[in-house]
Formats: sequence, structure tokens, C-alpha cells
Amino acid sequence: MRLQLSAEDQAFREEMREFFTTQVPQDIRDTMINHGEITRDQIVRSQQALNAAGLAVPGWPVEWGGKDWTQLQRHIWHEEMQLAGVIPPLAFNASMVGPVIATFGSQEIKERFLPATANLDIWWSQGFSEPDAGSDLASLRTTAVRDGDHYVVNGQKTWTTLGQYGDWIFCLVRTDPDAPKKQMGISFLLIDMKTEGLTVRPIELIDGGHEVNEVFFDNVRVPVENLVGEENKGWTYAKFLLGNERVGIAQVGASQRNLATAKDKAKQMGVFDQYKSRIVDLENQLNALELTALRVAAGSSGDKPHPASSVLKIKGSQLTQAVSDLFVDLEGPAAITSRETRIFLNNRKVSIYGGSNEIQRQIIAGTILGL
Amino acid sequence: MDFTIDSEQKALVKAVRGLITNVYESSEARREATATDPGFTAWEKLAEMGVLSLPFEATPVEVSLAAEELGKVIAPEPFVEAIVLAGGLIDALGTDEQKKQYLDAVAGGEILPILAWMEPGRRWSADASAVTFADGVLNGVKAPVVQAERADLLLVTAALPEGGTGVFLVEGATAVETTITNDGGRAATVTFGDTPAVQLGEGGDQTAAIEIALNRARIAYAHEALGAMETALTTTVGYLKTRKQFGVTLNTFQALNHRAADMYVALELARSTIMWATIVAADEDTTPEQLATAASHSALQVSVAGSHIGLDSIQLHGGIGMTAEYSVGHYASRLIAIQHLIGDADFHRARLAATVGDHDVFDPIG
Repeated sequence: MRLQLSAEDQAFREEMREFFTTQVPQDIRDTMINHGEITRDQIVRSQQALNAAGLAVPGWPVEWGGKDWTQLQRHIWHEEMQLAGVIPPLAFNASMVGPVIATFGSQEIKERFLPATANLDIWWSQGFSEPDAGSDLASLRTTAVRDGDHYVVNGQKTWTTLGQYGDWIFCLVRTDPDAPKKQMGISFLLIDMKTEGLTVRPIELIDGGHEVNEVFFDNVRVPVENLVGEENKGWTYAKFLLGNERVGIAQVGASQRNLATAKDKAKQMGVFDQYKSRIVDLENQLNALELTALRVAAGSSGDKPHPASSVLKIKGSQLTQAVSDLFVDLEGPAAITSRETRIFLNNRKVSIYGGSNEIQRQIIAGTILGL
Repeated sequence: MDFTIDSEQKALVKAVRGLITNVYESSEARREATATDPGFTAWEKLAEMGVLSLPFEATPVEVSLAAEELGKVIAPEPFVEAIVLAGGLIDALGTDEQKKQYLDAVAGGEILPILAWMEPGRRWSADASAVTFADGVLNGVKAPVVQAERADLLLVTAALPEGGTGVFLVEGATAVETTITNDGGRAATVTFGDTPAVQLGEGGDQTAAIEIALNRARIAYAHEALGAMETALTTTVGYLKTRKQFGVTLNTFQALNHRAADMYVALELARSTIMWATIVAADEDTTPEQLATAASHSALQVSVAGSHIGLDSIQLHGGIGMTAEYSVGHYASRLIAIQHLIGDADFHRARLAATVGDHDVFDPIG
């Protein structure tokens, strides 16, 4: 057992810290650190700054811009990025559709999409969830029926995050309604969001903001060459994609940075002593989370998710919410008009998306405890 | 950063586990041992295996691995109290002559040393006030003192006439009143009345050295607690899979499975902090302040996770969990005892609060 990072990893950490704190536009980092509204332009500029330095898509195959990093290095990359207030690469591009295309797509589809995806020249949206298929994703009903050189897509997707900015959407669609199991007969299709028959409708959330959407497909014609991999194998690709979501799932760097900001704020307001015990508790829990993330990263072999990944999701989301709760309380009566309260409400989502915490408990009970 | 142990350390774990699960093959065997004095039966075997010499010959990693195995069966042996804490203090403070006189005998299981440091009405202070030393004798009361009646050698912290706290050695009989502790152990109130005592080490204020020894012991206790938490969870999971109610096994009920999953989350988070604390203790560059911080972080995890896992283990078992014949209640009881030996959650929150404003982000590997 050893306390320090290896000299190599320590140097890597310093290199990342140096880059993130000096090479990413300051306005972006200031907005993140001060909990401001992030614009589409800032997300694009941040990713392009990372991509120019080869740091946007480290999880991809090397030939498509990936890095041959260890899990621990990927963890360090992510944490340092968050600590510095850098906007992480758009997950839909960098950790969802990109790796699927790079792993399962044809050479033609790779060349067509991967460089633009890495550089956020194409903004991807995710078309997985449907009104009746949330956690039970395989129940999805959106259909794609082959008609000559096209699929004709009909149905509805929902919870499409930032879909209002999307150029393209990757969708799970049902191509064989008669398949013996509902997981079979699903395909992975790339759809240009400007295609006729596709409409995006905003969903207003409890924080008053607009970040998720419904997407409707009414006889949307999609060229067959936009199919990724094989027809009816989409569930395999979806599972692969969801497995990739685990990098940085605990958001520990962001919570650490937020807690540090909360400390400063409490001091400025002259209420630090009053909140010390709560801050200590949060710091203690964040430390346990960070050390667990390091254990998971150091213990992951290959691309198999560590069984304790669900621990990171559950505790990570709880701490994201708890730190944001602290910000609201620090506002005092001003909380009723504060942006922090809207962020707090918005953060209810983190224990719901990416496999709700109840689903994570099911995973722990079933696959780890054998219950 | 490396959380793995090497092959020699794995062999140590295997050996200690083999020995201790043989002695305490069931919770009934532990009950039998605690029912008769001195309340533990594996001491000689642990000495023969070399476990009692670990703090003097190995690193905190080996000490912690042994403590964790003892915790898994909640062995009533005073390993942390006698060997890590009292033995560790002799090793740290003793003169060459004192070390020669005592350490081999301690490691050989011939002498049981105990540190009498806690005082009535005070809460985990490294300095002493209820017992004073002057003119070669001790006066005052220490309580609770774990296994004081059985101890061959008491190390007593005492206030010095010139200020500060020293450590003094008392061999043989003293006025001791023993009580059975909540976890089936022994603890006593020890009264000193002009009791002759010899100074440990070179003298002067030794509060800082006592604090270091206490923090090292806290980390070893945390590993004992970790072992206990693990067994409590494993036992509970086994019960959920086999116990039938309403014609089905309990794991048919999602509400119960989710509580078990939350216990697992608490266990793994506690494990990360506690392993880290041991790595901090084992690092030669660690300062006393860093050691104290690591000890407090792990003690806080022990308090919160220990209560959560210990008490939910009882709840998920239902009535059987309340019985002395069944094991989980004893695990909860030991976990509660450990919390109050190492300092409870509020004590450690307050300790950490003293420095929480000094840093921006707390970096465990910085």
C-alpha cells in the first residue's frame, strides 16, 4: 500500500492542472465556479480548447484521438478538470455516441462522424428514454421500418437533455417488433435533427429552466447507412454506452470545488463557525468518496466496470445534492430569490438519471450481495 | 496510490484468520470466552504466531490487517489496547532499558500492559488532570481502564507538578473495581492512593507522544470496526437469503434489499477512508498533524458507518437480532464500544473543525 501517486501519475496530475487552469478560457471557468448560466457557446469553446490539446476524448481508441491512459489517469484528468471549473466534454459526444461509433461503426461512418464529434462540430443528443420506458429502457416503442434505402421512424423520445441545441440525435429504435425478447429487435440509429417530421418540444422543469425536451418522430426518413453496427443489435451497443458513463460518475471534483467555494462564502458572511460541523461532515464524506473513486480507478482492469461503481453513483449524487443544499442554506432568507435554490432543485435529477439510485441499489443487492 | 497488499501481507491475513476463526468458531465460542475471566482465550496463540509483536517489528499496515481479522470475529482480545496502544507507547517513549525490560515480554504474551488514560467526566483528552504525580507517587482516579484487573503493567498518564502530562509505570496490585462492558469485555475504575510509580522514558511533558499513540490506536481500532462491519453485513445478507416469512425468503422484499445495499455503500466508503488512514500512518513523512487528521477522518467514518451497519443489522434480522444467542447484536455492541473508545462522531468533527478553514480543497494524497 502506498500513499502518494507514482512519480509518473503525479507529473501527469500537475500537467493536467497546469493545462486546465491556464489554457481554458477564463470566462468559462469563472461562470462554472460562480454557478452562472452556461451557454451553448461556452460548452463548444471549452470542448474545442480541450480537443485542440488532444484532451477531449481520452477514452476513445487512439487512432480517433483517444489516449492510452490508465483508468487512474482518466480519473485524474476528470477530477482536475472539474476542480479547475472546466466544462467537461459534452457527454453525449465524448462518452456516449463517440465510443459506440468508434467500436461498432463501419469505417465510413467513423470517418464521417468521429472527428466532428470530438470537436463538437456536431452536437449530439441522446434518444433513449421514452414516456413509458425510463429505467425500463428495453420497453421502448419508437419504431423504424425499412422502406428501400431508408428507415421510417415513428414514435417519441423524452428527457432529451439540451436537445434544443442538437444537430444529430442517436436513437434506440425497434426494428423487429416480433423478437422473442424485448431486448432483441432494437437498433442504434443516427438521425439528423433537421430531417422533416422530427420536432423538438421543450419541457419546463421545477427550477424554471429548459434543459430537457421531448422529441417526436412522424414518418422521419433515415438513410440506412446511418445504422450503427448491425440491425437488431442495438441493445448490445446501448449497454456498452451505459458502461462508459461511469467515468467521473461521482462528480467528486465538482463537489470538492463547490464545498471550497461554500467555505469561502460562509467566511465572508461571518457564519463559518455556525456551519463548521456540517462542512466537516461533508468534507469527510467527500474524502471517502474521492478515496473510493481512486480505489475503483486503480482497481479497474480493462474496460470492465468495477462492481463498486454503483457506490460512486449513489454517494456521488447524494453529495452533489448535499453540497448544493448547503449553498441554499447559506443564502438565508435570500434563498427564495436565489439562483442557488434553482440549482438545488435542478440537482434533484442527479439521483434519477444515469440509472436512478434505486436502480443502483438493485444492482448492488443483486450483483454484489447476491440478494 | 496503491490500496493493494503484497503476498507476505496476504499470508499474514490468512494465518491470523485461520487462528482466530479456529478459536472463535462461532459467536457461542466468543460468549463462552467472555463469560469467564479474563474474557479472552487466544492470547497465547496470537503471541506464538507473532501477532503481538507486529507494532514493534512491522508497519501499521500489518497491525491494521491483524486488527481487521480480529474485528471480523469480534475477538475479545485487547490487541489494540494492550499491544498497539500501551505497547506502542513503551516503544515510543521508553528508555532503552525499559524497552528491553518489557517489550519482548509484551510481544511474548507474558506481560499484559494497559494504558490508563481516560478519566471520569472527561472526553478522550490526551492530557491528564484527574491523576497527579508528585514525589514518586500517583494519586487520583482513572476510568474506564480496559482490562485493568488482568493487566500486569499499568501505564498511567498523570499531571506533572511543573505542568504537562507524563506517563508512569505501575506494576502489581492497585485498587481496581471491574465492570463488564457493554460488549462483554472488562473495564475498571482504578484508584491511586500514594501509589509508587516509575516514570516512562526521559520525563517532561509527553502529551504529544500520547496523542500520536492514541491516533495510531484509533486507526487500528477503525480496522477492527471495519472487520466487524463486514461480518455484520455478510451475516445480514445471509439471513435475508434464507429466512422465510409469508412463504418467501426475505430477499423477495425490495425494501429490505435496498437497506442492505445502503449498508454496503457505507461499508465501502468507510473502508476507503480507513485503509487510507493506515497508509498515512505507515508513511514515514507523515506529520503528527496529518496523522491526527487521518485518525479523525477514519474515526468519523467508524462512528457513522458503524452505527448504521451495526444497528440496521439488528433491524433487518428482526427479533432474533435482539437475542444474546445470535451474533449480530454482539457486533452492534462492539461497534458502539469502539466508537466510544476512539472518540465519537462529535468529538472528531470538532477536532477536524479546528483546521477545516485552513485549506481550500482537502486532498488526501497531496
